Amino acid sequence: MTFDLSLLRDGGISWLDASGPEGGIVLSTRVRLARNIQGRPFTTRTKEEDRAAILEQVLAVAGSSSHLEQATLFKMDELERNDRQLLHERHLVSKELAGLEREGGVRPGAAALTDGELGMMINEEDHLRLQALRSGFSLNDAYSDLERLDADLGARIPFAFHPEFGYLTACPTNAGTGLRASVLIHLPGLVLTKEIAKVLQGLSQVGLTFRGLYGEGSEVVGNFFQLSNQTTLGKSEDELLDHLGKLVRQVIEYETKAREILQRDAAAVISDKVWRAYGLLRYARSLSFEETMNLLSGVRLGVGLNLVTDLSVYTLNKLLVFTQPAHLAQYEGNPLSPQDLSISRASYVRRELEADAARGTA
Amino acid sequence: MQCDNCHEREAAIHLTQIVDNSVTTLHLCPKCAAEKGVQTGADVAKFPLSDFIASMGKGVDAQLSVGDSTEACEFCGANLKNFRESGRLGCSHCYETFENHLRDLLRRLHGSSHHVGEVYLSPVPAGGNAKEREVAEMRRRLKGAVEAENFELAAELRDKLRALE
Repeated sequence: MTFDLSLLRDGGISWLDASGPEGGIVLSTRVRLARNIQGRPFTTRTKEEDRAAILEQVLAVAGSSSHLEQATLFKMDELERNDRQLLHERHLVSKELAGLEREGGVRPGAAALTDGELGMMINEEDHLRLQALRSGFSLNDAYSDLERLDADLGARIPFAFHPEFGYLTACPTNAGTGLRASVLIHLPGLVLTKEIAKVLQGLSQVGLTFRGLYGEGSEVVGNFFQLSNQTTLGKSEDELLDHLGKLVRQVIEYETKAREILQRDAAAVISDKVWRAYGLLRYARSLSFEETMNLLSGVRLGVGLNLVTDLSVYTLNKLLVFTQPAHLAQYEGNPLSPQDLSISRASYVRRELEADAARGTA
Repeated sequence: MQCDNCHEREAAIHLTQIVDNSVTTLHLCPKCAAEKGVQTGADVAKFPLSDFIASMGKGVDAQLSVGDSTEACEFCGANLKNFRESGRLGCSHCYETFENHLRDLLRRLHGSSHHVGEVYLSPVPAGGNAKEREVAEMRRRLKGAVEAENFELAAELRDKLRALE
């Protein structure tokens, strides 16, 4: 199979285009539903032939779904490691599906079918992980797409469902609705005003969890947080989304207020921080991943405060993804040593920022 | 209703326990419930998940005799020991095999074990006979009628379903 992400609409990064609601603070919204097929063991107890049969059964139905007409199939076991990592960096597949976290590598039968915004992972921890990805803060739009896809598949594939426990999943933390909604949000104001710990603690008391840019087990870098619902059972899909939506709306308000305070009480310090970050990104010759994330965070804050005006949020979003290792390796056309990676990253960032600045002044 | 323990305060927590197939229900006020170590849904939700998972193994262990933890699911062969080690169940039948343990676990994880979200109706089973297909189809139409608030049609379909089943 040839690996061609250009088959996806906008190369599968339309969720990064900053066109969605609250695009300056909220990068993206993702909702996923965990589903398993009746009469088959869960993934960890499947044999290779079970997974092949599951894949076949799902593709027979999903292939003719009107909701996935533009979707592309990526079979993990037919892809090189760098390509699988690339899909993961683009948030299209999980680390688990891409076989990046286990010694044994990829699980035969693991696949993703996606058009970049709507799609599914097959033979992940659960047989199916349907997911919708949207730019900005759009829980309802993301879920309504997903609900239609779920209904379409569920009418043709028998899902495992229990009258008391709801949808049955390999891990009981996902049972019930199987729904996990998450919002990727940038909170430099709350971090700089040292309010963040209080906010996160408050959120955890009302049933929300937070993670880093790359989901479960990933660290928080560049002040990017993924906020999501902790429980999936005992509340309806709408209640879960509503609850998360209300709290995220509140966090956006806190963040906006924190930025106002920074502007009012520390304008000179903030302005210096922002322009130093911009200067480093624009001219540095070697950048580590973590440093890049932190600098991008600073510049992004500058754009939000209207200090930097010739840069688009889209470019900043794109840089978050395209400066990751697998993207740089693909761009350079060969595997990179850690040192070369930092050099390649700096040169990529420089080029993109120059291009954007040129567009801005043109 | 008065608290079964102190017989003073109003009972707010109704605890149903099933031990060796006999059902007992206790009505407790929040104070006595806390003293007895009964956790309510609201409290449970405040515990971080990681702490919970860490303590989960011990909890299951303490509740189970050796015989129980090796009792296997008839469909996939998984037992509670496997679950404790991997944190993953073997198949959807495990939820029935280990129903009591899981109900307790789900309650502690989510604050509830009752799904209140979307109700799923399985599609017509591919290998089913004519009658099964008819029943499944009727169920689907009934669900549609209820969603559309067409209760007249829903009642009619319900009666037909009863006759069929």
